[in-house]
Amino acid sequence: MKLIENGHVIADRYVRVADDEALPEGAPVLVSADRLLREGAELARRGAPVGVVWPNNRRIEAIEPYLDQLALIALVFPTFRDGRAYSQARLLRERFDWQGPLRATGNVLRDQFLYMSRAGFDQLEATKDADADAYVDELKSYTAFYQPTGDGRPTILRARLGRVAEAPAQAEAAE
Amino acid sequence: MYAYDEFDRTLLAERVTEFRGQVGRRLSGALTEDEFKPLRLMNGVYLQLHAYMLRVAIPYGTLSADQLRRMAYVARTYDRGYGHFTTRQNIQFNWIKLEELPEAMAALAEVGVHGIQTSGNCIRNVTTDQWSAATPEEVDDPRIWAEILRQYSTMHPEFSYLPRKFKIAITAADHDRAAIKVHDVGLRLHRNAAGELGFEVLVGGGLGRTPFIGKKIKDFLPVRHLLSYIEAVMRVYNQFGRRDNIYKARIKILVHEIGAEAFSAEVEKEWESIRDGALQLDDAVIADIRSRFIYPKFEKLADNPPELVEALQDERFATWYRSSIARHKVPGYAILTVSLKPVGLPPGDATADQMDVIADLAERYAFREIRVGHEQNLCLPHVAQRDLPALWRALDAAGLATPNVNLVSDIIACPGLDYCALANARAIPVAQDIARRFADLDRARGIGRLHVNISGCINACGHHHVGHIGILGVEKNGQEFYQITIGGRADEQAQLGTLLGPAVSYEEVPDLIERIVDAYLELRTNPRELFVDTVARLGTEPFKERVYEAH
Repeated sequence: MKLIENGHVIADRYVRVADDEALPEGAPVLVSADRLLREGAELARRGAPVGVVWPNNRRIEAIEPYLDQLALIALVFPTFRDGRAYSQARLLRERFDWQGPLRATGNVLRDQFLYMSRAGFDQLEATKDADADAYVDELKSYTAFYQPTGDGRPTILRARLGRVAEAPAQAEAAE
Repeated sequence: MYAYDEFDRTLLAERVTEFRGQVGRRLSGALTEDEFKPLRLMNGVYLQLHAYMLRVAIPYGTLSADQLRRMAYVARTYDRGYGHFTTRQNIQFNWIKLEELPEAMAALAEVGVHGIQTSGNCIRNVTTDQWSAATPEEVDDPRIWAEILRQYSTMHPEFSYLPRKFKIAITAADHDRAAIKVHDVGLRLHRNAAGELGFEVLVGGGLGRTPFIGKKIKDFLPVRHLLSYIEAVMRVYNQFGRRDNIYKARIKILVHEIGAEAFSAEVEKEWESIRDGALQLDDAVIADIRSRFIYPKFEKLADNPPELVEALQDERFATWYRSSIARHKVPGYAILTVSLKPVGLPPGDATADQMDVIADLAERYAFREIRVGHEQNLCLPHVAQRDLPALWRALDAAGLATPNVNLVSDIIACPGLDYCALANARAIPVAQDIARRFADLDRARGIGRLHVNISGCINACGHHHVGHIGILGVEKNGQEFYQITIGGRADEQAQLGTLLGPAVSYEEVPDLIERIVDAYLELRTNPRELFVDTVARLGTEPFKERVYEAH
């Protein structure tokens, strides 16, 4: 399994720690949402980075009080057909202004890379290595997008208006 | 017509390239069938009983002559010489080979036609009134808003893997030809007291195995908020719609389980946060979309020109005229419905040759425009009344002038067991048998408006719940049986039909329908009382007695 960040394969520094396991001293850890909610204060006092794996059937709003102490948020696609984490990702980025790394985990396949990127994921835990190698091609497969998300890509609607009004930069900035 | 620009064309070309790659990876084994299935579905490709099927979108039911001609080409080149128009403003090709699919798609893409999001758990083709921009009844052209939604929903990154499919329909007329009350979201465009345009929003309607009439969650949504409000609805559904059971995954179940009020409250809360953001439609955006619709340059003509008055002396023409022609908003023009229900043939099918004929006629007489309605008929929305005699002769010669629009033989039917992998029973042959039984059009006219809808399984693609007479095929011990409901309707007074009695065998269906019709003829107060009104007045009991008692 390869971890991609903005098109590059990177090493995963985070250690996934089970709920009943002791936290390894000094290492970045990835804990469950349950553990975060239960041991939040304790985790905040820790010297090393803490990330959370937030399940897709728990309201994302509940993460808000913990955002300042988190170094990474991982969302979950139990299967690529289950799209709940796309909404969670957009809410994190666009509503709660989460600027840190946002990782897609689970059944993460190349045919969904672009959608994940548009929803705000910047780290993808690719299920298949060959898919990870195709990341750059996959993200180039489309150059035009109809609808705005928080990803900053220009959209067709505004581009058309830009053409009409001859002020594309301004129109795009409005998004 | 909506004219695609370079952005629309670029996106379509990129989609064809992407799908070509996905087919290649499927054939090489890099993609498993499980992984490939949702991808092909979102391009309209189904694996059916006998072959792959390609479902192509006809956004808001509008086609150009060139587009219809290209569909004829695809039918002739890659299929068996015909196509099937569905109840959701799509056309299906039933016999396409997987390896030829990218070719067929590329041919369609050249004229701006595609199968994007005609299947899969995403926002499907947005449907509307086939009489848009032609009927005097509407407050605005609903296709403007359908096009805005089409663009918004196409490849939406957040809403392409929803719990289940999602269907939106729009009407801008009080008389609803788009069946908005039986859609996941139904939108009724109207004006408020101040004269502003806005939508009444219904949510959670639908047919299938658990039918519901949509519930109103908003009286008046100003049009500029259309996209933000829909995004709020979709976001609530995407997060909280059930995913544990495919049969409970539609939004109607969520709305039913938590209640329309709680659902609406969730939507409002979400909407508050986004309503003034990037999705707000300012006047310039709306004007830009509106400017891409090209309207006919109508001549100044008078109603009832001499050519028409003279032709009406001919009984055959007059009969067709009464059945197929509706009032246009411009004097001297008419709306022409082309029946795809010739007696004895599959409802909604058109041969490649027929498509070419209609495309030619549209080019010559109808500003190059063709429409598709949910009743599975075609329509020429703008024709001069003086041209009707010539149009009729040409349509008649091509087998396209059956004067049965809205009559008992104008049947909606799904493909059923003849094509569909989900079906439990045949639907097309049942429709054919009933149409033959009422082939005498004088008799059919005496019966009046009567919608018979047939589905070959509980997924209800034939909309049986909302047929004046609904017929549902089920399987019992390896045999086809049919349940009959009466009193359903899909219009602004939409309601679900009531079960009439025990299911009957395939052979018994035409007799049973005939007895229902006879009962109606006996029970109606006068010939102007429609079948569905008689059922509304008397309930099902008197029908039940008459239909089942003697047998």
